[in-house]
Amino acid sequence: MWVYHARRLFSDAPVHFDAAVRILVPQIAENQHAFPVTIDARALGTVQRILLFADLNPIPLAIDYTPGPLAQPFVATRIKLDQRTPVRAAVQTGDGVWHVAGEWVDAAGGGCSAPPVSRVKGDWADHLGELHGRAWPGADDTRLRIAVRHPMDTGLVENIPAYNLETLTIADAGGAVLTRMAMHGSVAEDPVFTLLLKGHQSAYAVTARDTSGLEFKGIIPGEGVSSPRTPS
Amino acid sequence: MTLSRRTLIAGSLALPALGPLAARGETFAGTYQPKAQAIAPGVWMVRGVDAPIAFANGGAIANRAIIATDAGPVLFDPGVSLADGEAMAALALRLTGKPVARVYVSHLHPDHALGAVAFAPQIVHALPGTREDLLRDVEGFSDAMYRILADWMKGTQIAIPQGDVRAGEVTFGGRALRLLALCGHSHADLALLDTSTATLLAGDLVFHDRAPSTPHANLAAWPRALDTLAATPHRVLLPGHGPLDDKGRAIAQTRDWLRWLESALNQAADSGLTMSEAGMIAIPERFASLACARYELQRSVSHFYPALEMNVLPALKPE
Repeated sequence: MWVYHARRLFSDAPVHFDAAVRILVPQIAENQHAFPVTIDARALGTVQRILLFADLNPIPLAIDYTPGPLAQPFVATRIKLDQRTPVRAAVQTGDGVWHVAGEWVDAAGGGCSAPPVSRVKGDWADHLGELHGRAWPGADDTRLRIAVRHPMDTGLVENIPAYNLETLTIADAGGAVLTRMAMHGSVAEDPVFTLLLKGHQSAYAVTARDTSGLEFKGIIPGEGVSSPRTPS
Repeated sequence: MTLSRRTLIAGSLALPALGPLAARGETFAGTYQPKAQAIAPGVWMVRGVDAPIAFANGGAIANRAIIATDAGPVLFDPGVSLADGEAMAALALRLTGKPVARVYVSHLHPDHALGAVAFAPQIVHALPGTREDLLRDVEGFSDAMYRILADWMKGTQIAIPQGDVRAGEVTFGGRALRLLALCGHSHADLALLDTSTATLLAGDLVFHDRAPSTPHANLAAWPRALDTLAATPHRVLLPGHGPLDDKGRAIAQTRDWLRWLESALNQAADSGLTMSEAGMIAIPERFASLACARYELQRSVSHFYPALEMNVLPALKPE
């Protein structure tokens, strides 16, 4: 599978396995529907793209993040796991080289092929697209955490077609795009994303768009000054 | 395509080793060899391994107890599998000269409950809430145990306790027992006091030198159950996991961990940590003696963090 994915994702670009890409995962996949992954590639400097993928998932690629010059190469979310699989972060630096790190994760089956909780409860449509978020301003950067209510249907559950968020865009108060991310149905239901933006803004405009073309928008107030309880 | 053959091979090898199973090819299940240790007149404990459920330990990680009575021994928790339950039955027969006459299942979790299949259904008793929990979850537990334990689980079919337990004093085979119907570790937790020896079998409401696990925990209810156990006079306490407590410290230690866990996870969420970062927070030095602390912290993050995040992420307005 590695060969298949490597050819498809990296094409002709050079690939290195590089411990400078930090991939932070728990030692146990307690919930195969929501396995947390944090990718921190700040040690690599300028980064073009960050891919998060699981080799043996039916939908291998979870997120394709293009942080751009205004965001740090840092991203976290939760993904589904359909079986024991490598979970990898691939980071493409400005010179076109891919830097890859990963962990073997032992997971029970069914993360992608069981219906989401909100489908079982039947209330997914009542909360579709509800946005929650907050900014944590640090000394140089601002951490954003964004939660979107969405079933993130994989299309692998009988009678439920694929239906998922496909892009997340953060803009400043004037509408200029700060950073953007693409994602797939292997991101967990009701996804939560953590990003690290350079500097501080008075407000962050969040737009999440799904595969039906619906757009969900919200404003996260920036808190302006640095706060003592900001994480790394 | 600049992926050389060497790079591709490195790709498949660049990941940390998966563990002994992947490295060694086939390994075979062993034989359960439970060891009894007398803890009071007519009461024995059988210690589980203080580790996560794993193929290497056959899933025999829960503590159990055997209490001799005139009618035959009472077994408190039958273990994880058919073979585990059968080994416990043989051990109880060796110790007391009589076959097991009553089995109590303390709560729904598979390391405690699935071994019930080794006994006649009518002698297996549990709280009604535990029966409901098992009817809902036992198939998933069984699948998960077969996945992890493979041949150790051979022949383990689903068994639901038939007898309902109510809180109060009972006399069984001439022996006075007090049954406590509590909750907090799960939706229904049974504890048992052997009255004449003041031996308290706490089930998974109490962990000792082993971090508590929380897959069905209610962090508001659990401390109240600990209050009840602390107010039940006892000489020794057998926790669900970890060593026998004859110094009265396991209840306080369990309470301390749960209080720390709840406040640490709330603080992590409020300071914007990601879920994987929350699993990496420092564990206070006073918990250094607890086995499986990081492992259980990360499981608890999975159980509680998504809800805690929503408490600290305000709803966003469109403009």
